[in-house]
Amino acid sequence: MERWINKRPSRAVSGMLGLIPLIILLLLYMAGSEARLAENPADKLLPSFEQFSQAIERMAFEPSKRTGEYLFWVDTQSSLIRLGLGVGIASLLGLVVGVLTGALPVVRALFNPLLTVVSLIPPLAILPILFIVLGLGELSKVVLITIGVMPFIARDIQRRTQEIPSEQIIKAQTLGANTSQILLRIILPQIMPRLIDATRLSLGAAWLFLIAAEAIVSTDGLGYRIFLVRRYLAMDVILPYVAWITLLAFLSDWVLAKISYLCFPWDRLDGAER
Amino acid sequence: MKRLLALVLTMVLSPSVMARDSFQICWSIYVGWMPWAYADQQGIVDKWAKKYGIEIDVVQINDYVESINQYTAGQFDACTMTNMDALTIPAAGGVDSTALIVGDYSNGNDGIVLKGTSNLADIKGQSVNLVELSVSHYLLARALETVGMSEADVQVVNTSDADMVAVYSTDDVSAVVTWNPLLSEIAAMPDSHVVYDSASTPGEIIDMLVINTETLAEYPALGKALVGAWYETMALMSGNDAAAVEARTFLGEASGTDLEGYEAQLASTQMFYTPAEALALTESKVVLETMEKVAEFSFDHGLLGDGAPDAGFIGIETPAGTFGSSANVKLRFDPTYMKMAAEGQL
Repeated sequence: MERWINKRPSRAVSGMLGLIPLIILLLLYMAGSEARLAENPADKLLPSFEQFSQAIERMAFEPSKRTGEYLFWVDTQSSLIRLGLGVGIASLLGLVVGVLTGALPVVRALFNPLLTVVSLIPPLAILPILFIVLGLGELSKVVLITIGVMPFIARDIQRRTQEIPSEQIIKAQTLGANTSQILLRIILPQIMPRLIDATRLSLGAAWLFLIAAEAIVSTDGLGYRIFLVRRYLAMDVILPYVAWITLLAFLSDWVLAKISYLCFPWDRLDGAER
Repeated sequence: MKRLLALVLTMVLSPSVMARDSFQICWSIYVGWMPWAYADQQGIVDKWAKKYGIEIDVVQINDYVESINQYTAGQFDACTMTNMDALTIPAAGGVDSTALIVGDYSNGNDGIVLKGTSNLADIKGQSVNLVELSVSHYLLARALETVGMSEADVQVVNTSDADMVAVYSTDDVSAVVTWNPLLSEIAAMPDSHVVYDSASTPGEIIDMLVINTETLAEYPALGKALVGAWYETMALMSGNDAAAVEARTFLGEASGTDLEGYEAQLASTQMFYTPAEALALTESKVVLETMEKVAEFSFDHGLLGDGAPDAGFIGIETPAGTFGSSANVKLRFDPTYMKMAAEGQL
């Protein structure tokens, strides 16, 4: 007897099945938007796709009347710079702290309690302190992202470092390797792909911190724009921005995965694509 | 299929078209709207609703802009908001709205604070932290006019009201525009000066209860019950007898301060405790002239939408006349119900 648990869709069917929920959502949206617009043509809650394209055209391809800038691209640029700096610094710090505390028991004993405490502080709650200490400029936004995701990356890297089989470390020592050689030649190459994995997982949180920081004090950025136009319920601007953020998040995730694949071929020696 | 979906969604997403006898209104924390908390708590709203054979649910929403958005989306029949937000959110969103109760105007509750100088003209070239596109932004524009400047002379930085006080204590910030209770807290910091406040623009920042015009036309009982409950509450909380002090103490505590703090806020608010006072402003030319300025400011900042060719695109009807397109009136100052209250007909 054929059981459901054994049924496997072919590649083509599988792709189509995946589209069904998306299409249903899209249809639901279109019907809802049409119904609301029929009742009130100026309704702003569920704009039509035509209104979306007008909003995108206005934000992305026409200079702003007040500043002469292309707002959409200015927003995207400032947000990506903040996100890139924040996540980049967090990964670097996370790598250093994670590898050192993972590989060297003395360093672990010294820093582990601090790392645990720091990772438990909700970063948004201490935002006013960041503002007072670091000012209101770019620095406080980048630092918010950094302290938001660094502890997660550091703790993950620490755990992965500890998981490296001790046989490898002992073998390296019998071959005469000293501590720094072991760190750089044995541990680091195996940890780099894990660092990319951890960074990919923390991207979602990083976007959250970015948008929160931009909502509080800012003059540009994707989060700034969303919270500004929310003031007059301009969903025709907000929803394309949300879609754009989703796309950017997807792209950055994909780029990281690609980097990992190309730069660390030894990570897939067992044939499994991670 | 599509039609069926549309039908289902119309039923789910739009206010019911069937006759009904239960209504929802929302309010958010602000000195001039706190009386709704008291009216709800003490059963005054219920009493008046019962008198007209309906039910009114009074809901407090913690986020001011969200409350207006919910009203605009049709989740609430009436909501508290300022005159400017009534124009730029529901009216610009095509929801025909009526100012049912003109409750008060800001008479010093909104202000501009500068660090290290008490001269407004020194604001030139500075960064100014404020909630962009709010009444603070409007007040700044009005203030700059008085010293022959425009917004181009300063750099506006959008800042969340929740973080305004924390932000002000940093060295980066030298100028803010905000409202009470934040304003008094910031003004009390060292070397800080209120260089301009809404007492210089009396009657321009008006706090009101705004109701959906269609709902009001269909269910006048709702308008009568709300206005009746409001002025009963007003009569209770004004004055100096024990009951009034008790009411104000309750309102102070409900807004996160105490009797003294609440009375300090009341001092910079021109409350209309009687319908006659509210009518005097509503029927005067001041409202018409104010709304014209507000509409021009809103148009300049793109708040009336892209379809708007000029500031008069959305018509605003007041007892003293109509500003803008009379074919597209979406915001009305209607004195009918306040008049009923003044004449004791409720």
